[in-house]
Amino acid sequence: MNIHDKINRVDGISKINGSAKYIEDIHLDEVFHARTLRSGIAKGRVKSIDYPVDYEDIIVVDSHDIHKNEVLMITTDMPVFTPSEVTYVGEPLSLILGKDKHRVIEFMNQIKIVYEEDEGIFAMDACTKAEDIFSEYVYEKGNIHELEYDEIFEKVYETGYQEQLYMEKQGMIASYDDHILTIQGSMQCPYYIKNALIHATGLPDHRIRVIQTTTGGAFGGKEEYPSLLACQLAAAAMKVRQTVSLIFDRREDILTTTKRHPSRTTIKSYLKDDKILGMDILYEIDGGSYRGLTDVVLQRGLLTLTGCYKIDHVQVKGKAYRTNNIFSGAFRGFGAPQSMFALEQHMNQLAKKFKEDPISYRRKYFVQQGDLSATSGVFHEKILLNQMADALIRLSEYDDLLAKKEKNMGIGVSFVPHGGGFTGDGEAAHIKAQVKLKKDTLNRVHLLVSTVEMGQGAKTVLSKIVASTLEIPIEQIVYDDPDTFKVPDSGPTVASRTTMVVGGLLYKAALELKPLMNNPAEIVITKNYVHPEEIVWNQKSLKGNAYLAYSWSAVVAVVYVDPITWEIDCQKLYGIYDVGVPVDEKTLLGQVHGGVAQGLGYGMMEKMESEQGILQHNSFSSYAVPVMADMPKMEVDWIFNPYREGPYGAKAAGELTLVGVAPAIAAAVEDATGFDLCRLPIMPEDLVKEAEK
Amino acid sequence: MKIPFQLNGEPVVAETTYSMRLLDVVRNEFGLTGTKEGCSEGECGACLVFLDNKLVNSCMVPMSHVVGKKVETIEGFAKSERYQVIEQAFQNHGAVQCGFCIPGMIMAVENLLRTQTVFTEEIIKESMSGNICRCTGYQLIYDAIKTVIQEVVE
Ligand code: FES
Ligand code: FES
Repeated sequence: MNIHDKINRVDGISKINGSAKYIEDIHLDEVFHARTLRSGIAKGRVKSIDYPVDYEDIIVVDSHDIHKNEVLMITTDMPVFTPSEVTYVGEPLSLILGKDKHRVIEFMNQIKIVYEEDEGIFAMDACTKAEDIFSEYVYEKGNIHELEYDEIFEKVYETGYQEQLYMEKQGMIASYDDHILTIQGSMQCPYYIKNALIHATGLPDHRIRVIQTTTGGAFGGKEEYPSLLACQLAAAAMKVRQTVSLIFDRREDILTTTKRHPSRTTIKSYLKDDKILGMDILYEIDGGSYRGLTDVVLQRGLLTLTGCYKIDHVQVKGKAYRTNNIFSGAFRGFGAPQSMFALEQHMNQLAKKFKEDPISYRRKYFVQQGDLSATSGVFHEKILLNQMADALIRLSEYDDLLAKKEKNMGIGVSFVPHGGGFTGDGEAAHIKAQVKLKKDTLNRVHLLVSTVEMGQGAKTVLSKIVASTLEIPIEQIVYDDPDTFKVPDSGPTVASRTTMVVGGLLYKAALELKPLMNNPAEIVITKNYVHPEEIVWNQKSLKGNAYLAYSWSAVVAVVYVDPITWEIDCQKLYGIYDVGVPVDEKTLLGQVHGGVAQGLGYGMMEKMESEQGILQHNSFSSYAVPVMADMPKMEVDWIFNPYREGPYGAKAAGELTLVGVAPAIAAAVEDATGFDLCRLPIMPEDLVKEAEK
Repeated sequence: MKIPFQLNGEPVVAETTYSMRLLDVVRNEFGLTGTKEGCSEGECGACLVFLDNKLVNSCMVPMSHVVGKKVETIEGFAKSERYQVIEQAFQNHGAVQCGFCIPGMIMAVENLLRTQTVFTEEIIKESMSGNICRCTGYQLIYDAIKTVIQEVVE
């Protein structure tokens, strides 16, 4: 096998013919079905819960049944079950177990809960006390305070919730046999779950086993959230000493699992002679009631600033608020879709103000190799933004598009970076990935990694890297769904790190294995992550190289806005991507298209509002995501820009493809309507309001 | 109660109730888990099956509507020759990611082939728009369908 070979997905057939087994498809004879009892209020205390009597077949599992009532994520502020204090609507109070699902529901319908209710906080502006703020960061470059400017151009940008809406709902099965706790389920991060279980159950390492099952999409939605479910189910399985299954129903999944953080970004540009001297940016997000991954999301949102542009004087501040809204969390892009929408829309509005073409305007500020990023780290790699802009102009026939633009049509562009892997020194300081390659006596090569296939193509891409390096047929590769009894911790399946970081380690392991392939014995090669020397980061001051390497995208969107209904039709979308070197072009194409669909939803369809902590859009019918007919005609291409540390030159790809889409669409709608649009998603009713102004 | 119907060509009897959803019966009673539950409100197409040759969202069909009828699921359809053509096209085009929506997509493609004689872009997109896929952005699925149409129809 050669890295340039065109191959089919290694896990394709069973997913097409329906034989792939997702968690809900696993048949169990004797099992307790669990449902979650949840709070009906956003803030207050549970005074009492009256469970019906005479249900001997029903078992209640609550905070008394867990060794340590904390879900270890980054911190431990979230309880597995709240004993009393309620902080959001839908907060878990207990699990109700029964062998007959109908009996469970009958039982639950009779439960009476008495609360003492407090006034909740539902808006970032209402967060006035110190305890309402999870975290605050600030970093600076140059000196924003002593600029001699003519004018300040200031705008405020907002974004709403977005739901991952993976097609397979959250689900898990737990058992406790022979003193081994086993959790199987739909997940991104087997070791996050394992570590959370060690913390919550007090069981030693070797008695906890986490196995991923075929995962029907995740997009960040199965990054931290499943740790909560696993701890709850562990308590249940250890109590009843039998298998317990918890499968969410769709409404429950939408209403109670993590969402993309709502945000507000205020950008002040200091201008002199039509030039941007400096930017002062405040980026704020609503984390909900528990910290979860909010700090890290906030950091990525901040550290991705100032995008593709070199701005000499910068002050960036970030704040994450604690509210009584739904718990916000990981979602493809992880804070960057929000801050990049703000920055890109700001750049468009500046271009508009100066009556310049949005691509030409941006070119003046494109960062280059050797420049300092906003966090004062040197861009070590080659940056091809100008070439990307040229390629985008050719691909989209941009001049022609402009010349032939009809009434009610709009053209918008975006340029965004996305850092691959964990922020700063995260890979070295926290993740410390390890991978193993095992050649067995039949000459099959086993990929031993905790990286999961969740649809993104990890199995195909990582198998291809190893098979190509060993020059063996891909059929000789064995890559089972990760089982923590068998695989080392190669880190979570997040942060677009799979190909670049895990693939990079596997590549090195394969190089080492290659000369040993003729040895008939079983051979295991282990590789540990080594941090590249030139990547220097100070987490305290937020200074240095915020990411290992950046991937880049350049997008043009073409929209038509109906002058009567104000409906937006995104007709065409062109994209140029720098992801280093694509390891598998078919997989990359799928990632790009999928990212476009989610970005399009984020930009102009997926409206999710919350009132008093209750999500108003809670079903497929009220929360519309793109269907085939909504998709624009997509034309995309990539430029090659090999990354030294990446396998075959590959950098990150997964998240990048989403981030630039909504900004390009928003710019196009502005162009079509002439309105200043500063809020996502842009819905027809927003345009009606603008028109009435 | 006992409800007789035909499942993938075989006469069967389900031990269930009239109000039970067809989706639950094929999955739980007969272990045919290729039919998926995505939304359970008739909006996503993950649960599509043929009921007397008509494409239906099985999450919306109570067993009272199934008595004596013919049900075809992905497992049954996968035995046909035409399925092979569709499978190959989906594989070659890279139309599959997480796979959760795919069996439903396959049923919708088969329905398109069974019910239409002309296959314009608009007809294809319209008839596939009851199926939600959160992963692929649909383009490679569309390309796969075009290939299927070329091979089967033209
Ligand atoms: S599960 Fe039946 S249409 Fe979604
Ligand atoms: S492939 Fe994942 S939902 Fe379609």
